[in-house]
Order: sequence, then C-alpha cells, then structure tokens
Amino acid sequence: MTYDLVVIGGGPAGMAGAAAAALAGLRVALVDGGPRLGGQYFRHPHSAEPLRGRFPRLRAAVAGRATVLARHRVWTVQREDDLLAVHCLAGERDERPRTVRGRRLLIATGAHDRSLPFPGWDLPGVLTAGGAQALLKGDRVVAGRRIVVAGTGPFLLPVASGLAGAGADVAGVYEANRLTGIARRARPAPAKVAEATGYALELLRHRVPFHAGQAVIAAHGDTGLTHVTVARLDRDWRPLATRTVECDTLAVGYGFLPQLDLPVQLGCATRPGVDGSPVVEVDAGLRTSVPGVYAAGEATGVGGADLAEVEGLLAGRTVAMDLGRTARPAPALARRRRRLTAFAEALLRAYPVRDGWRGWLSPGTLVCRCEEVPYARVLEARDLGALDSRAIKLLARPGMGWCQGRVCGYAVACLMGEAPQPPRRPIAQPIRLGDLADQPEETP
Amino acid sequence: MKHETEFEISFDGGPVPARQGQTIGAVLHAAGIRSWRTTRFGGRPRGLFCGIGVCFDCLVTVNGTPSLRACQTEALPGDEVTSG
Repeated sequence: MTYDLVVIGGGPAGMAGAAAAALAGLRVALVDGGPRLGGQYFRHPHSAEPLRGRFPRLRAAVAGRATVLARHRVWTVQREDDLLAVHCLAGERDERPRTVRGRRLLIATGAHDRSLPFPGWDLPGVLTAGGAQALLKGDRVVAGRRIVVAGTGPFLLPVASGLAGAGADVAGVYEANRLTGIARRARPAPAKVAEATGYALELLRHRVPFHAGQAVIAAHGDTGLTHVTVARLDRDWRPLATRTVECDTLAVGYGFLPQLDLPVQLGCATRPGVDGSPVVEVDAGLRTSVPGVYAAGEATGVGGADLAEVEGLLAGRTVAMDLGRTARPAPALARRRRRLTAFAEALLRAYPVRDGWRGWLSPGTLVCRCEEVPYARVLEARDLGALDSRAIKLLARPGMGWCQGRVCGYAVACLMGEAPQPPRRPIAQPIRLGDLADQPEETP
Repeated sequence: MKHETEFEISFDGGPVPARQGQTIGAVLHAAGIRSWRTTRFGGRPRGLFCGIGVCFDCLVTVNGTPSLRACQTEALPGDEVTSG
C-alpha cells in the first residue's frame, strides 16, 4: 500500500508530525529504528511507559491513526516518479529488507552527540553524555559508580542530575564554557528557568560541584578508565592549570549533530547552522528544497524536544494542506516556533566549541576511533598535500570505518580549518550485499 | 508498571543477569563488563561509547552472529554473547 505520508523518526518531531497529518485525514506510516516510539528524548524502559506528560498524549494521538513501524532502520530513500520509496531493514538479528512508499516524506531523524577527540577517549568507561543518558532512561542502568560529566551545553545538567539521582557518585560537572550573561542573552521562558533550577537543586542536593570554564582534556587507564585530567581553560579552551580526578566513568558531550544522511541523499539544500554544523533548510511550513520532502526537529537545527514537537505539528499540517486537505491556519504555533528557535539559537551561541581543544591532542591521540587513525597521521597526510577533510580521509582514512565519520567528521573538519560539510552517505545503515541485491518486500 | 521478567544470558560462558527489554550492551555494562572486543590494529579494548547506534564501537557476536551493535540488540533469554 502507498501512504500519503511516511514519517522517518519516532521522537517528538516525528510523533507530532504523524499525529497532525493523521488527524487531518492522511494515511500515515511512522518508521523508527528503535523497538518503541519516543526517540532519544522520550526514551523509556520496556516495562515502564511514562503515564504522564507529553509522551502518552503524543502516543495516544498516533495510536490507531498512523501505522507505526518500529525496528525499521532506513538505509536509503529514493524518488520513484511521484512517490518516495523508504528502504528499510526490519527486525533486529534476522533483519530483512522492506520498502515503505509514500506521496510525501517527513524527515525527523534527530541528532547524536557531538564528540571531540582527546587522549584516552576510546578507553572503556568513556561514554557520550547521550549514551549515559540512554543507558539510564532506556535500560535503567547507571553508567558507573564514580562518574565525571564533561563537555559543553545545557544537556550536561539533566545527565548529571539524573545520574546523581540514580545513586551514582558524580564527581563533578565540567562545563568548558564560562556562561557569563547567558540568562540575559538567551532570555529563557519561565518553564525553562524552572527546569534548569530543578537540575541545579538536584545537583546541590547530591553535593555535585559544577565547574564552568573547565574540561576533561585526557582520560587515563590501562584496560578501562581510572582517572581523568581536568583543566581550567582560557577563553579559547587552551588549558591553564590541570589536576587529576579519579573516576570509573566519563560522560562527555559537546552539543549535538543533526543526522542528515537521508535529506542529503535526496538532495535537500542545507545551510550552516548557528553553531557551524549543517542543518536542513526549510521554509515556514517545514518544506525542504526538494518537492514532497519535509523536515522537522533537530534536522533543521538543534533546538530540543519542545521545538521539535512544534515543528512536527506544523510539518504535519503543511503536508495535509499540500495534499489538498483543509487545515486551519495556526499562527500561535508559528509564533511558538519562532520564539523557541530564537531561544535555541541563543543557547547554541552561549555554548560554542572553541578551537583550543586541538591543543589537547598528542600525536598518538586517536582522531578516528574506527580506523584507529592517530592525530600524527592526520598531520602527516596534511604535510603530504591533503588540504581538505576529503583528501585527508583518502590518505589517512579517518571516517572510512563503520561509523562513516559520524563520530570524527566534525573534529576532522575543524582540524583542517574548514566548516563541517553535510554528510555524503549513500547508505545510511550497514546492509548485507545479499539484501542489497534482493528485491525487498512491500510493507505491510 | 508491567511485570519485569528477569533472565540470564551468557558472556564467554559465564552467566550475566538481564531484564526484559534491556540491550545486550546495557546488560554487559551493568555487570561491570565494559569491553567485549579489541580493535584490528592496536588491539584496544572497546565497549559502549555512543550508546545509540551511531559509533559501532560496541559490535558484538551473539549466538554466533557477528557484528551486531550491542547497544541496539535486545537481550533474549539464553543469548550466548562472545567477545572478539
């Protein structure tokens, strides 16, 4: 069967988009790689679905109206005349290819942690901040006994307070930026102030120290993490004084990178976001530059769950209108989107990544974890005449491994002094050659 | 809250407790097993890093099937996980 709309991504943006479009009378399929709806923000354990808040409301709005295809990982999207074909791998261990077709496509693929390399960052016990949060929210596993939380951005606070609340000894939160004047510049809504205050109180209650202008610049241990080097930073993130902090776990993240593989495959125009990383360009109705393709949530710029949900609602309505359904104008929703976008952009400006992190690297520091490319080999390739990250990749292989540069691509671009480029990955998920050759079955 | 089934999986032959719905990566990490493969060149130990299916550091062999992402693969009763 052919759907009016296929939504890719079951987080706040995708759920809201699917619900809005289905309420307007469209036949909607919602595709997600995970075992249940929610994405990263609404991640919850198998046995404890949230009963209050926005998730149950969104889920109720989706349920019965849209076809939910969980455990469907999209590896490529193609145009087929008037339709868009979403090619998935369904299942987990016994995955099989399946294709879902729609007249319109909404991309709500979210974001993942932005990582910076530093000595020892591939030691077991070093996790991304999002990874530690996913363990806690999805599996109810506290990532370690004594945990350091580090990096930059407002996300470090819920991670640290969640871990402390779950019984971990959080040795400290190390926020690389100094955050002077942030409240004045970002002008947060009262609800956001209350949320931040809640985290701060939780940290206070558990006596977790918060250090602004400091970072973890090295991780140490033999077969696993035993301690980290923490540095006080100057404005450009160059280390001033250092000290050692013992810990068995480090949760580290420097903001987020939107997942843009699919919109780039389709040729959707991108632009540099406020933080320099590419985002999908959309109009006020969340239409991308490619007819029939829409984007909502982090793909259009990292802005958090509230903004993602609003964009999803707007996108779902736009799709309905574009397919000839009547939808009443929603000026309040559009205003809310503008306000939340302004707030998100102010936060991105308040939590930049400064160049000084490059000075944390030693020649042996792995830049690419998959291909085990040390910083020295990146410099060597540059000396051999590789002038941009593409040439570096061909000569020294960073970004050629399993993750296809998702983890190191940002850092490699920065090391080459260039702006991060939109990803060119014709295959967004690993697929067996046999599956690639087979004709997939239609879903459902 | 739904009833939460508890069961065991094995890691290199030893028993590891698991709860229904947990990923293999979460089960191992919770049991203090933080590394289950070594890298091709440097023989460096690797386990969970991104935790959400992006980095592929946590690749694992389950019941003989290689290269599964531990953080994306739900643990099932009796799973035999082997390090590599």
